[in-house]
Amino acid sequence: MQSAVLFKNVSRHYGEVRAVDAVDLEVRAGEFFAMLGPSGSGKTTSLRLIAGFEQPTAGHIEIFGETAEGVPPYRRNVNTVFQDYALFPHMSVRDNVAYGLMIAGTGKKERFAKAEEALELVRLPGYGDRAPSALSGGQRQRVALARALVNQPKVLLLDEPLGALDLKLREQMQEELKSLQQSLGITFIFVTHDQGEALSMADRVAVFDHGRIQQVGTPEDIYQRPDTAFVADFVGSSNILPADVVQELAGKGAQASLRPEAVRIGPGEAHEATVTGLSYTGAVTRVSLAFREMHLTALVAAGTPLPERGDSVRIGWDASALHLMERGA
Amino acid sequence: MPSDRTRKAPLGLKIAAGLGLAFLHLPILLIFIYAFTTEEKSYQWPPPGLTLKWFAVTWERPDVWQALTLSLQVAAVSTAIAVVLGSLCAAAVAKSHFFGREVISLLVILPIALPGIITGIALRSAFHLADIPYSMWTIILGHATFCVVVVYNNAVARFRRTSGSLIEASMDLGANGFQTLRHVILPNIGTALLAGGMLAFALSFDEVIVTTFTAGQQQTLPIWMLEELVRPRQRPVTNVVAMVVVLVTFLPILGAYYLTRDGDKVAGHGK
Repeated sequence: MQSAVLFKNVSRHYGEVRAVDAVDLEVRAGEFFAMLGPSGSGKTTSLRLIAGFEQPTAGHIEIFGETAEGVPPYRRNVNTVFQDYALFPHMSVRDNVAYGLMIAGTGKKERFAKAEEALELVRLPGYGDRAPSALSGGQRQRVALARALVNQPKVLLLDEPLGALDLKLREQMQEELKSLQQSLGITFIFVTHDQGEALSMADRVAVFDHGRIQQVGTPEDIYQRPDTAFVADFVGSSNILPADVVQELAGKGAQASLRPEAVRIGPGEAHEATVTGLSYTGAVTRVSLAFREMHLTALVAAGTPLPERGDSVRIGWDASALHLMERGA
Repeated sequence: MPSDRTRKAPLGLKIAAGLGLAFLHLPILLIFIYAFTTEEKSYQWPPPGLTLKWFAVTWERPDVWQALTLSLQVAAVSTAIAVVLGSLCAAAVAKSHFFGREVISLLVILPIALPGIITGIALRSAFHLADIPYSMWTIILGHATFCVVVVYNNAVARFRRTSGSLIEASMDLGANGFQTLRHVILPNIGTALLAGGMLAFALSFDEVIVTTFTAGQQQTLPIWMLEELVRPRQRPVTNVVAMVVVLVTFLPILGAYYLTRDGDKVAGHGK
């Protein structure tokens, strides 16, 4: 398959700060790709390298086979949905959406027709005459999306696209973005610090930390088979068991990740632990456990009888739930 | 709170406010009234009679026209210089980070904080050292020092309120630097520049101190008025000119006020 975006040993350093450090990355054509990581991990800088707002200090970038470094943003067939939407406040919604076409020299009639089509695509038909300031956050998000899509980019970049929306709207937009991407077939690359968002929307996820990619894989790979302790912990806050404990339990000397939902609490289980805390979160209750001078977290579904703080309980898990991370030290 | 707004102010406060306003504005009214007086040698109250002839006399005086033309030229050119330099400087300070940025910002604002007399002396000795003959251009240079500040202040405030990603969004949508300037940057800072320019024009138009130090034989309108006051002939002509000055400076300032007041909508961040 053709690659939409290719990073070969790409670095972006600001003096001593290595925002992006020797990154190799391939985003496939037509893929919904997520760049996940905490703030300052290099995900946004990577996105800006693709958009052309930043130039790499070293390495090589290709967009659909064409060299991208040195090419200014306005000569790349790539469009961005900005975190703050960046709608032009002095223009109507229609002029905002038609801006790219206006710059490209498309006639007024044609570009307004295309702008209206794009507004229909994001389910805002007839909103053209309004001012961006008269729209809600979710509507602005859609206008920003229409403004980018109307130019038929080869790659659409989304910078924390749902960050400013409330929970309900965010879930709705997640589904819409996903189905929009599938029906248009455009490569979407989006940046997020929300692991739930990355797992639910993306075909593949790259997990960033300290300017480097920790792991690239399908959401299932990332969640079930994390390569490093960082990935295990950042994607779904896993329990990380140190190598000596794993040696004793599984006979192998490597760190292992154990998902909280895989930890069972019940009388017949294999190990002894003490309950140190309980926190109710709705559908599940998070149980903190002291196990061999370690801190473990278990999730107990609502409706199951709960232990009390200070109780001695038996805990256990399936051998397959213990994921060894032999690569990451 | 609406109740606070509708509650009537006590009588004493009303009288005090009225007296304050009268103190500020009655003298200006007097200037206007003296423009119509029939007494030409001294300002006599009440005016012995009223006449419109001073308007005709003023119209016929070439020295008034010369001073007015020079003042308009100086104000226009120094405003133009200020708009270009002030907005460029504001763009640099508001939109990029570089070593010494705050110092530059302070140095740009300093001329308006410095007493005009210092600016005047400094410029005069600088012109003298550099052997530059005094002309309209030395006056313009002097005025530009404080006009730049006014434009800079307006533009920098607007730039700071304008989201930086607007420029990136424009570039992202295919616009090069010039197209971005034309379609995004200018429409967003346009009213701020216009307001700053109007204030700069008004400041330059009635400036006396810096002008006295940087002018040679040329007389701007305020300088002409100053000289006219010591002359005992046709005094009301000065008052007629004063009315013109008030109009020429007041209207731009009023305009600038309205432009920046609505500016929030124009330059709003979009959030």
